[in-house]
Amino acid sequence: MTATAERTRSMRRAAVSLLLAAATYECVARSGVFPPALLPTLPAVGRALADGILDGSLPAHAASTLYRVLFGMSLAVVVGLPLGILMGRFRHVEGFFLPLASALMPIPSLAWVPVFILWFGLGNATAIGIVFYAALFPMLLNAWSGVRAVNPLWLRAAGAMGADERALFWKVIVPGAFPFLVTGLRQAFLRAWIAVVGAEMLAASDWGLGWVIFDAKEFLRADVMLASLAVIGAIGFLVERLAFGTLERATVQRWGMVREVKS
Amino acid sequence: MQDVGSHSAAGTLAGAPSPEETWWRAAARTAFPFLVVGALWELVARLAIFPPRLFPSLEVVASAFVRLTLSGVLPHHALDTLLRLLAGFTLAAVAGIAIGIVMGRFRLAEDMLLPLVSMGAPIPGIAYAPLFLLWFGLGNVSAVLLVGFVSAFPVIFNTWTGVKAVKEVWVRSAMAMGADDRRLFGKVILPGALPYILTGLRLGLAQAWRILVGVEMLAAVPWGLGWMIFGAREFLNTDVMLAGVVVIGAIGLALEKLVFQRLEHYTVVRWGMMT
Repeated sequence: MTATAERTRSMRRAAVSLLLAAATYECVARSGVFPPALLPTLPAVGRALADGILDGSLPAHAASTLYRVLFGMSLAVVVGLPLGILMGRFRHVEGFFLPLASALMPIPSLAWVPVFILWFGLGNATAIGIVFYAALFPMLLNAWSGVRAVNPLWLRAAGAMGADERALFWKVIVPGAFPFLVTGLRQAFLRAWIAVVGAEMLAASDWGLGWVIFDAKEFLRADVMLASLAVIGAIGFLVERLAFGTLERATVQRWGMVREVKS
Repeated sequence: MQDVGSHSAAGTLAGAPSPEETWWRAAARTAFPFLVVGALWELVARLAIFPPRLFPSLEVVASAFVRLTLSGVLPHHALDTLLRLLAGFTLAAVAGIAIGIVMGRFRLAEDMLLPLVSMGAPIPGIAYAPLFLLWFGLGNVSAVLLVGFVSAFPVIFNTWTGVKAVKEVWVRSAMAMGADDRRLFGKVILPGALPYILTGLRLGLAQAWRILVGVEMLAAVPWGLGWMIFGAREFLNTDVMLAGVVVIGAIGLALEKLVFQRLEHYTVVRWGMMT
């Protein structure tokens, strides 16, 4: 069988499988075995999604969640990136911060939520703090290993060609470590995305997608929950594909440092 | 190239006079940053810049830790958390490996299951928590099922990749030498895919651990470290919280170092598949 025929067959089967799953779900939901409040039909979920989008509440919730993620991640990049690069360049910095990072890293970010609530109160500051904590370590460790993974031969070659510290840093180390930095950002976003949802549930604060889901539980609105879950998944997927995919294509793939993944 | 080699050899010789002293110095070097941070913490706590209830000194945290350990409260919480983790992760490992292998071996299963799995994967696991609580009620069942559900995704993906990464040549030569389906699976495909499966299990366990603490806070389980630190918030017991956070970190570290590095060492490294 040719490759294109195989691909169309795969696509057809994927569509069949999704339809089948949806149909099964719909049948179970309509059969009335479970209360409809707990297992809403797909049209009900679609209606909840449309209502939320049309009255502007879901976009507002999504905006405040994204604001927290972006704020926390920017802080993590501002702290983690320079520190990671310094750790990669200087033994003493590495010797000091690496043990600290390895001790803090295994603590899940959500474990800090109660502590942060006491310190910063309910609301934005706690959520941003949790996102910062979750995003910091992937950023830091990837920057560190990226700088260390720069081929020493390149450094020597650049040095032999008369590059000073600054040129060495911008022309050799940063591009050389870039694939790691992109990976770090990616992992940081994944962690931050989990952390922000959890933090919003625990540190209830009126706005945010995590809060919507948690709040919907009180009113037995499983349709609202599933609609918000779809929004959370869609945003996560879009950021991963569009933002990071584009970033990777524009930088490391164009520079020929990683090959394009064949799909 | 040559001078690089001789230089580094000379460096290690000069830097390592005796194994005992390097061990001692390495320990001191690791301890130093913690001493600095501990001293800073202690300074801030003693100066009472923040209320001591919210920012307790290390001594208070340590005494809370000792008190809770001796009274058996902390071990009980930790044990329940670990059992929950074990139950959820076992579920994820069994289901994840089975689904991954089926997806890797059969084209039809791959085409049918992959879209479903990739739709579920990008949603953060903790977001399902209220839904699971609604469906399965507060307590243990929800917590275990959610942990299992969430940590199954990395296991599925990695097992699937691993089975597909087994070299076609190995499969064919095994078949040419007359291996039947069972032996092909047990002797070629499973060992070939094992490095990937172990990576998947490792990622799954890390994910399970990260979610579990949050789930315990939400699911109102009677015992568990997550519940302990969340409950301590009500009484402003920051010392209990910090002691709990330390235990959580220690368990996380132990899972990574003791369980997986050892498992990897005994299987794939010994078989020479990874170094």
